[in-house]
Amino acid sequence: MRILVTVKHTPDLQSQRSFTDGRVTRSAEDGTMNELDENAVEAALQLVEAAGEGEVYALTVGGPDAVAAVRKALQLGVNHALHVSDEAIAGSDVFGTAKVIAAAVRKVHEEAPLDLVITGMAALDGLTSMLPTALAAELDWSQLTLASALSVSDGEATIERHLADAHETLAAPLPAVVSVTDEANKPRFPNFKLIMAARKAPVTVWTLGDLGLDPAEVGAGASRTTVVDASPRPPRADRVKVTDTGDAGTQLADFLIEKGLA
Amino acid sequence: MTTVAVLIDHRDGAVTRPALEALTLARSLGTPVAVWLGETPSADAADQLGEYGASEVRVVDAADARVASRAAVAVGAASEDADAVIMISTFVTKEVATRLALATGAGVVVDAAGAELVDGKVETFQTVFAATWDVRTRINADKAIVGVRPNTTQATPAESAGAATVVEVSVDLPETRERVVAVEPVEQSDSAPLAEAPVVVSGGRGTNGDYSLVSDLAEVLGGAVGASRDATDEGWISHEHMVGQTGTTVTPALYVACGISGAVHHRGGMQASGTIVSINMDPDAPIFEISDFGVVGNLFDVIPQAIERIKEHRAS
Repeated sequence: MRILVTVKHTPDLQSQRSFTDGRVTRSAEDGTMNELDENAVEAALQLVEAAGEGEVYALTVGGPDAVAAVRKALQLGVNHALHVSDEAIAGSDVFGTAKVIAAAVRKVHEEAPLDLVITGMAALDGLTSMLPTALAAELDWSQLTLASALSVSDGEATIERHLADAHETLAAPLPAVVSVTDEANKPRFPNFKLIMAARKAPVTVWTLGDLGLDPAEVGAGASRTTVVDASPRPPRADRVKVTDTGDAGTQLADFLIEKGLA
Repeated sequence: MTTVAVLIDHRDGAVTRPALEALTLARSLGTPVAVWLGETPSADAADQLGEYGASEVRVVDAADARVASRAAVAVGAASEDADAVIMISTFVTKEVATRLALATGAGVVVDAAGAELVDGKVETFQTVFAATWDVRTRINADKAIVGVRPNTTQATPAESAGAATVVEVSVDLPETRERVVAVEPVEQSDSAPLAEAPVVVSGGRGTNGDYSLVSDLAEVLGGAVGASRDATDEGWISHEHMVGQTGTTVTPALYVACGISGAVHHRGGMQASGTIVSINMDPDAPIFEISDFGVVGNLFDVIPQAIERIKEHRAS
């Protein structure tokens, strides 16, 4: 079982998140591996452990700071870390990013075939959930998204997913791109031994040239969308907070009535 | 801008309110045409689409379009001439939008709160980072695909509405690698689905698993019942009710948080709501930071009193 997990370097949810020049501000201090990618790493590790053999690769795309994301994956127990870093990638939209990731996946797949690429259900900065679909299309592999359960047998992956209107079971032949939700598993905590080993573990760094990609295909220039304005929203004005001394329910109702909401 | 295709969301043959909101938005960008996946709509449904401005209803009888790649081909065939395609943003339509964009070279924005034409290009606006930032995005590509959130446009009938012509679009849907092994429909309550509801009343840890008061308040306010991750993890209520970044993102006119502390994951799924009201025992609960009206108190005391007052007011 050979699995590649994509991990993204995103601002910590508890930090003050912001935009700089129309792009999400990413810094070494506040950056971390996207929390939902922990479920993807966990899913990969569990499948390999259950199979009793195999390898897990963690791949990230981003500037030098993004290496923190694959280091976190190493701490959790992945075997190999890959980092695609090239200034020309900055400002890519989801389609540019998918091209880069697909090229890196193909490079690994050519060395020895992969069975799965596993991703998180969304990155908690952009929250578009579009990358798994774009990646599956780029690779022309099977696509199984939003898995709350995942199993692999006889060359086929099967997932369960909970949509608003239906619970579905879907199956598709390997190789497949699978995205897993935060319901799929409970991510493990890194142990001390792995934390120490992750510090020294080698990280393979690739540029666009290494992947045979033309810089003009990716980056801000090729992006189909541009953020033209980003501004912080002012906090809600005129907030009221009351402590119940016996009539807060009535006060609450009166507030709703006054606002025309009840 | 000439033609704007709108993927119509429909349930049990009826057009949903978000679909009418999307048609209303589409009218501000050009001439809407409705794209309908599934069996031919009833005359009533087609009339309603016409009333909200659709000049045509393009029907692709692809009822098994649950797989994104097939749905994208179906929508693509019905929107070849469109400069913009509007969908209601859901996990499923995000996949359809992505596939359609790859097939057509379109630029995509999902989870938008609105869109307008600026110098012939579609620009969208939306809130991000748990509704702490406003972002405006220009779609540079010739074709624009916009996923809009429910409750972000007021649905209004067109001023000069005509009858919509129903057109059948024939398309060969591709074979896909993915196969649907089983589909188990989720039982729908009588109220609007969570994402579409104009009012959402949510319960969290503070309910201790008792959703009766939360449901009562939701009923009185004409809203849907939501929940925090804590509550769904406890098994107190099913996953479909979860409001949050990884559950359902809601933007109702009124959000009432009962016994919910307001962890960042929850806030990310509701912070863009119109008016936020919260009840929590803990005066330091983060939910109060984003509440227009907060009550530090016990929801088992506060909710019954509020319901009584609302009923009293309505009777008077």
